[in-house]
Amino acid sequence: MSSALSLLELLSPYPPGWGGVLLAGAFSTVAISLGAYGIGILVGLVGALGKLNGSRPVIAALDLYTTAVRAIPELILIVGLYYAGTDGINRILLGLGLPPIEINGFVAAVSVLGIVQGAYMTEVLRGAILAVPIGQIEAAKAFGMRPITRFRRIVLPALIPNALPGLANLWMSVTKDSALIAVVGYQELALATRLAAGNTKHYFLFFFAAALLYLAITLLSNVIFRALELRFRRGQPKSA
Amino acid sequence: MNFSWISTYWPLLAAGAVQTILLLVISVVFGFVLAIGLALAQIKGPRGIKWLSRCYCTCLRGTPLLVQLWLLYYGVGSLLPLIPGLRSSFLWPVLREGFFFAAVSFTLNYAAYEAEVLRGALLAVPKGELEAARAFGMSPAQVLRRIWLPRAVRIALPTIAGEIVLQLKATPLAFTVTVMDLYAVAYKIRQDTLLVYEPLLIVTVFYVLLTLLLTRVFKVVESQVPVRR
Repeated sequence: MSSALSLLELLSPYPPGWGGVLLAGAFSTVAISLGAYGIGILVGLVGALGKLNGSRPVIAALDLYTTAVRAIPELILIVGLYYAGTDGINRILLGLGLPPIEINGFVAAVSVLGIVQGAYMTEVLRGAILAVPIGQIEAAKAFGMRPITRFRRIVLPALIPNALPGLANLWMSVTKDSALIAVVGYQELALATRLAAGNTKHYFLFFFAAALLYLAITLLSNVIFRALELRFRRGQPKSA
Repeated sequence: MNFSWISTYWPLLAAGAVQTILLLVISVVFGFVLAIGLALAQIKGPRGIKWLSRCYCTCLRGTPLLVQLWLLYYGVGSLLPLIPGLRSSFLWPVLREGFFFAAVSFTLNYAAYEAEVLRGALLAVPKGELEAARAFGMSPAQVLRRIWLPRAVRIALPTIAGEIVLQLKATPLAFTVTVMDLYAVAYKIRQDTLLVYEPLLIVTVFYVLLTLLLTRVFKVVESQVPVRR
C-alpha cells in the first residue's frame, strides 16, 4: 500500500497526477449534459406543442417516439443511435455522391442524449402546458394576441413554474446518463476515471474521486434549481 | 436485415435473458427490503441514523450507476484479494464474478431510489388509521406489519412499477463488468457476425416486451383493491 502523500500526488491536477484528466472529464460531462439538455428542451417544446395541437398522424408519431424512447434501455438507445446515426449520415452522404465524414464524438454524444432527453421533456412540458389555466389563454385570445405572442407572453411564463420540478429531475438524469457515453468511447468523466484508474492501478481512489465529482455536480445543480424555482414562483401564493 | 444467426445463437440469447431477469429480481427483492429499513430510519430513527440514511440516499442518487458499479467492481474488487484467507475460502468463486458486483451495486442503487418513494408513501398513510391500530393495542411492530407498510406499499404501487421498469433498463450496464446478460450477448453476436442492428433489435424487443409485461402485471395488482375517488 502507498502512503497518503502519494495518493494526493496521484490526484494532483498536474502530470504525473491524474487530477487534471479527471477535471477535464468533469468539464466535458457538464458540457455534454448542457448541450443535450438544450437540445432536449427544444425537441420537448416542439413535441409538446405537436402533441397538443398537431394533426392525428403527428400525434401518433410523437406518441411512438416518446413511448419507444422511454421503454428501451438508455444504454441500448445510446449505442444504437450512436452507430445508426453516424452510419446513416454517411450513407446519405454517399447517396448524394459526397465523401463520408468523421462525426465528432462530442456532437454525436450530445445529439444522442438530446434525442433521449427530448422524449422525457415532451411529457414534462405537455403536462406543464396542460396545467396552465385555460381562462388565461382564452383571455389572451380575447385580447386578439396572435398564437406566437400568446405563447411568449402568457403560456411560457405560466408553464415554467409548473415544469421546473420535472426539468430539474431531467437535468439530474442527463448528468448521470452522460456517463453511459463512456461505453461508446467518448472521454467524459467516467471514461477518464477508468483510464486514470487503469494506468495507476488505484481503482478505488479514482472511482471514489469521480463519484465525489458527480455528487458535487448534483448538489450544485440542486442549489441552482432551488433558486430558479424561487425566482419563477415569485408573486405566486405559497402552497401549503 | 439478416436474422439467420438466431438459429445458432438462441441458447446464448436465452441464457442472457435469464441473467438479465435474475439481476432484476435480485436487485428489486433485496433492494426493497433494504429500502424499508432506510425509509423507516429516515422517518423514525434517531438523529444520527436519520442523517446517515439521508446521506446514503443522496450519495447513491447523486452519482451515476455506472460509476458505482465500476467503483465496486474495479475498486472494491481490487481490494478484496488483500483480505487474508478470502481467496482460498469457499466464497471466492462467487466474489470474483462480475455478476456478484453487478447484483450488489444494482441492489444498493435501487434501495436508495425506492427508499425515497417509500418514505413519501409511509408519510402519506392517513394518521387516523395508525391511531386506530394503536388504539386496538397493537405493538409498533404489529402496526408496521399489519397497517402501515401494506397501506404505504398500496399507495406507492404505481411509482414502484415505474422504478422497477427503470431498474430493468439499468441492467444492461452489467455488460461492462463481464456479465453475459442479454445486452452482452447482442454485443458478442455483433463481434462474431459483424451485424450491428439485428441483434440490438431483437434485444430491444425483449426489453420492451418485458416492460409491457411488468406494467400489465402491476395494473392487475393495482386493480385488486377498489379505490373510491
